[in-house]
Amino acid sequence: MIESKEVFEAFQEHRGNAIVSVQGTSGKHWADVTTNQNRDISLGGAMGQSTAAIFGLALGLPNEKVVHFDTEGALLMNLGVLASIAGKKPANFVHFLLDNGCYATTGGQPVPNSEDIDYSVIAAGSGYAATYNFDDLEELSTSLDEIMNQDGPVFVAIKVPAEVENLPIGMRERRVSRNRGQTISDLRSELGIS
Amino acid sequence: MVEQQLQILRPETLVAEFKSIGVTHIITIPDSETNYLYELMEKEDWLDVVPVSREGESMAVALGLNVAGKVPVVLIQNTGMMESGDSIRGMALDAGFPLLMVVGYRGWTRKGHTPDSAAVYTEPFLNAFHLNYYLVETDDDGARITDAYNEAVKTKRPVVVLIGDEYHGFNR
Repeated sequence: MIESKEVFEAFQEHRGNAIVSVQGTSGKHWADVTTNQNRDISLGGAMGQSTAAIFGLALGLPNEKVVHFDTEGALLMNLGVLASIAGKKPANFVHFLLDNGCYATTGGQPVPNSEDIDYSVIAAGSGYAATYNFDDLEELSTSLDEIMNQDGPVFVAIKVPAEVENLPIGMRERRVSRNRGQTISDLRSELGIS
Repeated sequence: MVEQQLQILRPETLVAEFKSIGVTHIITIPDSETNYLYELMEKEDWLDVVPVSREGESMAVALGLNVAGKVPVVLIQNTGMMESGDSIRGMALDAGFPLLMVVGYRGWTRKGHTPDSAAVYTEPFLNAFHLNYYLVETDDDGARITDAYNEAVKTKRPVVVLIGDEYHGFNR
């Protein structure tokens, strides 16, 4: 397994000018790593649908590299989105999956068939241009240049440890972050979209 | 007594309205009532058709396209719209952007009652989500599509056009 923060630190070296979206409990570490918040976007807001929203963003911005860090719990809620993405073949889309095998935000209950499911096989079968599986940081690090510089859609499944949150939501540490509307506004300003 | 519907709604009318509005993307799951419309849209080089796997995806894809400065329209059936409640809430209403949703009104009969529960629950569903809607049955109603879009732009909300022509040749 690879710590989520290590995944983001390795990715940051290869980010370039990419627009980046993160999801889930693992995604919180991106805020400590990113160096270009104006190109970080948050389009969550409905169960399992942020991937579809980032897919739409990639379709609308074909000249921008768009990177989405998904989670397996969210993807399982709308697995058909893999076929939707593969069908439109967005060459600028890189789809990471941080797989911790459980719903960490609700106490760590396992997702269905968490031990045996292979998401990269599902993505490959759906028609993604390239797929990867990693549970070793060095292997991931040496592959990121290739991942970020090939035509997509590319799917990258990474095993990460669960960071389970058991406290009631009201008692959890609150991180200062921009809301969805602010990230949209900042990205549009960055790209000159009115 | 309700009069018999004499005119039909041609798919070409919808495509012309979409072009007039400036639509760039149609996000859709085809259904049996809109197959010919799908074929027409695929032929238009100003329009990108985005097929999705489940209707709930369509509002999310539309949000992403809107952020990118595009003009998306969702084209689905009432059954799929009802499946999409959480996406309509979280991706369209809460996001606060103009979204035209064209929804096939399966089961619509104009006779005041229908045996199809898809039709029975369509308008109560729209009312529950506080979604305004326009009924389009014939070519003469086509301008309502632009009216609905203009309302969506003005209110920054989703506005629905119900296509009530299931039994009158919309699929040629």
